[in-house]
Amino acid sequence: MDYRIEVEDLNVYFGESHILKDLNLKIRKNRVTSLIGPSGCGKSTFIRTLNRMNDLIDTFKHDGSVLLDGTDIYDPKIDVVDLRKKIGMVFQKPNPFPKSIFDNVAYGLRVHGISDKDVLTEKVEESLKAAALWDEVKDKMDMSAMGLSGGQQQRLCIARTIAVNPEVILMDEPASALDPISTVKIEDLVHKLKKDYTIIIVTHNMQQATRVSKYTAFFLNGEIVESGLTDKLFLEPEDKRTEDYITGRFG
Amino acid sequence: MTKYEEFLVEKGLFITAILSIIVILLIIGFIFREGFPAMESYGFLNFIFGMTWSPSDDQYGVFTMIVASIGITLLSLLFAVPLSLLCAIFLAEIAPKTMRRIMKPVIETLAGIPSVVYGFFGLIILVPFMRVHFGGTGFSMLSASLILTVMILPTIISISEDAIKSVPYEYKEASLALGATHWQTIKNVLFPAAIPGIITAVILGMGRAVGETLAVIMVAGNVAQIPNSIFDPVRALTSNIALEMGYATGLHYNALFATGIVLFIMIIILLVIANYIHYKKKVVIGGGYL
Amino acid sequence: MNLNRIISPKIAQRIMKGLFWASGIITILILLVIIGYILYKGLPVVNMSFIFSNPIDSGRSGGIFPFIISSLYVTFIAILVATPLGVGAAVYLAEYAGEGTIVKLIRFGAETLASIPSIVFGLFGLAFFVVYLGLGWCVLSGGLILALMALPTILQVSEVSLEAVPKSYREGSLAIGATKWQTIYQVVLPAGIPGITTGVILGLARAISEAAAILFAVGAALSVPISIFDPARPLPLHLYIIATEGISLDNAYGTAAVLVILVLIITVVTNTLVERYSRKMMGR
Repeated sequence: MDYRIEVEDLNVYFGESHILKDLNLKIRKNRVTSLIGPSGCGKSTFIRTLNRMNDLIDTFKHDGSVLLDGTDIYDPKIDVVDLRKKIGMVFQKPNPFPKSIFDNVAYGLRVHGISDKDVLTEKVEESLKAAALWDEVKDKMDMSAMGLSGGQQQRLCIARTIAVNPEVILMDEPASALDPISTVKIEDLVHKLKKDYTIIIVTHNMQQATRVSKYTAFFLNGEIVESGLTDKLFLEPEDKRTEDYITGRFG
Repeated sequence: MTKYEEFLVEKGLFITAILSIIVILLIIGFIFREGFPAMESYGFLNFIFGMTWSPSDDQYGVFTMIVASIGITLLSLLFAVPLSLLCAIFLAEIAPKTMRRIMKPVIETLAGIPSVVYGFFGLIILVPFMRVHFGGTGFSMLSASLILTVMILPTIISISEDAIKSVPYEYKEASLALGATHWQTIKNVLFPAAIPGIITAVILGMGRAVGETLAVIMVAGNVAQIPNSIFDPVRALTSNIALEMGYATGLHYNALFATGIVLFIMIIILLVIANYIHYKKKVVIGGGYL
Repeated sequence: MNLNRIISPKIAQRIMKGLFWASGIITILILLVIIGYILYKGLPVVNMSFIFSNPIDSGRSGGIFPFIISSLYVTFIAILVATPLGVGAAVYLAEYAGEGTIVKLIRFGAETLASIPSIVFGLFGLAFFVVYLGLGWCVLSGGLILALMALPTILQVSEVSLEAVPKSYREGSLAIGATKWQTIYQVVLPAGIPGITTGVILGLARAISEAAAILFAVGAALSVPISIFDPARPLPLHLYIIATEGISLDNAYGTAAVLVILVLIITVVTNTLVERYSRKMMGR
């Protein structure tokens, strides 16, 4: 199967508000897909629908289907907790726990039943290396994560997410709260990670989309206007609205 | 309004503001003024550590009552803390909106019921119950603790609930996004982060318990002794004052004020600890290790 | 978490959820049992004659009229004294004060005052109002003590309420050329009234429930106090006396029922006020 996630005729409502309208999108395995579009047009809502974080909101309703490897994630038989092991999320604002660096990365592992100190230490080191943070923190694993810089905290959050071995990683504007140097580090990280994970990244920054992703979907007012290969979308957009957005006429 | 009148208004308001400080100083002043003579002539150590309280024999040792007050308080915490914390987490994380709308006035009402009424209820329901099922008179340390448990529930519940609610939402999101269950999130992230606030809540509950007078008098038995078991009657510091003030004179009168001094100091210590933790909390979340 | 192999997280979740629900229900039950029983036994005793007639034979039978009056009288004095002082202090803290040491001391003072046990207030009241100031055992002594106890509550709630008044109100007034005090008096205070009222009601609730603090300050009269120098016996004190001295169980139930009803009324009133107030604030 080439597609890790298939979204079919998805509509999302919060109470009376119709936020996402008739979305259809296929996410390719082991590739990076960007979601671009002006603020408030549903990109974050969309990815939160993919790992069922929207379930936390009382007024959330949906119809249509979201298939992960062929199975609808909203099927009542599906265990949300397991789903979130498979689909991880990195948030816009880095949100490490007020715990040590080690405990942050080990958190997901412990929660899923791994308590062997050696196994944990090994996996924590592995994840921090994969997140390009190991060298900077290997001597201060017991230090509080709150003492790290913004960029380091975000890489820590990525390490934390990777540690549970997800298949998909959702990133909601992961670098927007960071300085340019950290942003570059995060983008490099995304490049590194795509071999092993399917990545969906929401971004405001069109250059970032062209730099990191093979595929892009353009969101406008809760709809996907156009999606496809990044290069094609940016150089030869099919829809006028896409062209207007890309050339900076709005958003 | 002239500038002078404005100035007067400001100074006038200032005086009402420092009134609370003045009152505290007055309270300290008068309590110490009346209580000190007892400590002086009877001897501070004899007073605090004396095991016999018998005014007719000129004996004024309050040790048994200090033990009783502390014992009742700790025992009530034993019951109140688990129940309160479960309830606080319930309100902050689990309860649906309708349930919350019911529980809020319930807790407020529990907080507003006069202590006499609690004592009365204890007297007519709890004491006979204890007598029937556990022997003795029914008036005991345990009875007092049970009534106090109910009385300090609202305090601990509401402050703990606030503490849990103020834990940043991002921590909860991060935990759930990693595939933790709600309970795992509460246990490993929310609760630990709320601990400073919860400790404050418990200490304030302790303060209420130590300071409670009438409810305790009505069910504790009021025998000034060190109990052999929780089913024995005891006399708390507060009870001592309330029971004998009506007819005390001379050194007895002073000794009761001195009991008040002891109580006052106990409360101040608790307050200082609570404030210290409150202050420390701001520092810990910043850069420390939780 | 090493228990993961013994109890799966899903099962642990279900067990804990059950415990949480149980705790909520237990708390509600505790309240229902206590006020339920007291109302069940006490309401039959409460009727017009109970409320409006005098006690007979030291309270062995008859009504509780003088005690209701005592409560109202003493509470009235307490609120009369505490409200201007508490609101005044709140105004100072919210509008004039900086963040210096004096202010920190004032707040610490208010906090400490709020935590002092009622019996210690009782001792102070006796030593200061009754003896030192020579007021004797009367309504005034009791009222003044209760004023001190209600003061921190009124202060803290009023301060919060005043600080919540939008800055724009003050700026609008000052821009027209009103003085600071005029602004406070004409604009800020009126805007803060709902919150201040809540604070006063909470202070009132505290005053009306107190007994230990006024144990040695009001005497133990059985008649209706007329002047503020007459001795009095507020309801909680009456309940304490007839319950512990075994005078009349029925009347004790009745008195307790009256007190419980008072608390319920106050809770409902405060809640409705708070709800209306916050709705008004949100609406802005």
